[in-house]
Amino acid sequence: MTRFFSITKNIHEWLFDLMPEGLARVVEMILIAVVYLLIFSVAGLYLVLLERRVAAWFQLRIGPNRVGFQGLLQTMADALKLVSKELTGTERADKFLYNLAPYFVIISSLMALSVFPFTKDFQAFDINIGLLFLIAISSIGVIGILLGGWSSNNKFALIGAMRSGVQTISYELSVGLSLLTMVLLAGSLQLSEIVEVQKGGWLIVQGHIPAFIAFMVYMIAGTAETNRAPFDLVEAESELGAGFHTEYSGMKFAYFFLAEFINMFIIAAIATTVFFGAWLSPFGITESIPILGVLWFLGKTLILVFLMMWFRWTFPRLRIDQLLTLEWKYLLPINLVNIVFMAIVVLLKITI
Amino acid sequence: METIAVNNSFKSEEYFINMGPQHPATHGVLRLLLTVDGEIIKKVEPDLGYIHRSIEKMCERDSYQQIVHLTDRMDYLSSHINNEAVCLTVEHALQLEIPDRVKVIRTIIGELTRIASHTLWWGVMGMDVGALTTYFYGFRDRELINDIFEETCGARLTMNYNIPGGLMFDIHPNFVRRTKDFIAHFKTKLPEYDTLLTENIIFQKRMKGVGILSKEDAISYGASGPVGRGSGYSCDVRKYHPYSALDKVAFNEALGYEGDSFARYQVRIQEIWESISIIEQLIDNIPEGNHQVATNAVIKLPKGEFYQKVETARGELGVYIISTGTKNPYRLKFRSPGFSNLSLLNRIAVGGKIGDLVATMATLDLVIPDIDR
Repeated sequence: MTRFFSITKNIHEWLFDLMPEGLARVVEMILIAVVYLLIFSVAGLYLVLLERRVAAWFQLRIGPNRVGFQGLLQTMADALKLVSKELTGTERADKFLYNLAPYFVIISSLMALSVFPFTKDFQAFDINIGLLFLIAISSIGVIGILLGGWSSNNKFALIGAMRSGVQTISYELSVGLSLLTMVLLAGSLQLSEIVEVQKGGWLIVQGHIPAFIAFMVYMIAGTAETNRAPFDLVEAESELGAGFHTEYSGMKFAYFFLAEFINMFIIAAIATTVFFGAWLSPFGITESIPILGVLWFLGKTLILVFLMMWFRWTFPRLRIDQLLTLEWKYLLPINLVNIVFMAIVVLLKITI
Repeated sequence: METIAVNNSFKSEEYFINMGPQHPATHGVLRLLLTVDGEIIKKVEPDLGYIHRSIEKMCERDSYQQIVHLTDRMDYLSSHINNEAVCLTVEHALQLEIPDRVKVIRTIIGELTRIASHTLWWGVMGMDVGALTTYFYGFRDRELINDIFEETCGARLTMNYNIPGGLMFDIHPNFVRRTKDFIAHFKTKLPEYDTLLTENIIFQKRMKGVGILSKEDAISYGASGPVGRGSGYSCDVRKYHPYSALDKVAFNEALGYEGDSFARYQVRIQEIWESISIIEQLIDNIPEGNHQVATNAVIKLPKGEFYQKVETARGELGVYIISTGTKNPYRLKFRSPGFSNLSLLNRIAVGGKIGDLVATMATLDLVIPDIDR
């Protein structure tokens, strides 16, 4: 189930020697979860910093550069501030749901991270329906947003939550279908298997035209999935204040905020895995040193993350009806035709 | 065969949202009472008075020189033009002969003010439709104009440069050079505005066919400025009642015909180009002479009623003074452009989405202190 490096293998063997198998498995899972939680909370914070620096770069500003070297500790300080803040809430809010909502969002984001193949044998859980798991788990987040907006007892939050529901459910289809197109080509839902297929060439090259169309659709729908501009109707600060998390403060707000950035990372990471060969280097130049795969993976992912930041700081926001028109009248039909196209390509073996 | 009765009596319920007085889209303390059905606006009721300072009443107690300073605080983005409006009224009432130098400088600074106001509006416009970067581009260029103002009159926003009888002091020696530099620089930057926002497909979809104002409505609601001209209502005061040096320059009145948000947007962008052209015509030929004519320390207007209108960045600003021959006006009334333009909002926003309301409101370019006074 878990295939790690030699250190992790040693820990794995030590654990299984120490206690009965069932317990060892549970302990191991908890350990992995804690490590992932730590790594990606910090990674999420640095994505926030990256976003702020990128935004500043786009906007003729300097951005945070005072706390720590070149502002590297800025988001750490922000996180500390958020942890120490008082948790406020509205009167007559549905307290139980209100408190539950942030956890839905953050947990679903963190869970999705567990299946990514960061490099050879560096994958927490290599389940055989990895891609399906990713799609499934990323749709749980919207429940948190809906609950948060609904239970806040605030109309702006409610409108934001309803928009989010409509948006996420619609764009889930495009995300799913465009990934399915690539599954036709890869022949597996298992992420390690999908990477294996790409040793001869990244899937976006192998699948040429239909794969490229799928990638375009995926990036548009993926950006919408993360509720970021130009699809940030959920938060739409000029319309709804802060949208669904208007009434959240302190750490609960931070969960929503962090989840947005981790989701962005996830969307980019899925694209990296499915279209750009995950940790595989171009032409296999670093094939012999698998540890460098982590860098390749993160590098590719960060390029896509940068692309999404570029979208955010350039495009105006769509209106709710235009958002739905884009999905149901353009992306979905394109996607359906594209699947057939890809099926023909795979059937006739005219892949590169 | 048994037929199943389909329940078609599903009714959606209208609800009420209180938008403002603290809301990012209302740019100040405007409060909108919205009746909404889902996302669709059913009714918009502007609620004013949150920044009412009774400027008109204060004017009745102040001397004419003091009144000029109060007008800065109305439409703070075209403060110079507001000042000019009061000064023109007083000078007209006193039948003062104003030197050409003053007229030309007033016009140049007025047009610079218009550019500054429109660049700020453009930035905020982008922000309201969700493109945050435009804000910083707009402010980058506005900053340069503010620097020019700061050098000449010591203030960046509330300028107080006009006094009845002329200008408070002469222009700074650098003024002409810096203005020319700015114009040269800005002409290269203004096309960026188009590539960043105007040509963006999402932006055009958000703007076109939204918030349509017919020419008839524009006239009957008293719309003025770019809002009226976006509907094809030719209402430029600078064209029909030229004041200061505006009768000496050639410029086109920016007009749009569709009456939608995009037309209003384009009218403003066009106006920036026209303002540049006006400044270019005047900047090289500022006549020599005095920067003011002497007036009495205590200005007493002759008995009567005086009216003067000017074109601010937002539209037609009218100043109506009733004088009884004393050192204070008996009654003073400002006809502010924002107030009439705001009254249109219910007319053009109903039926649109919440997002449309914000975008439409941005094209009206409201400055709340101008509406409340």
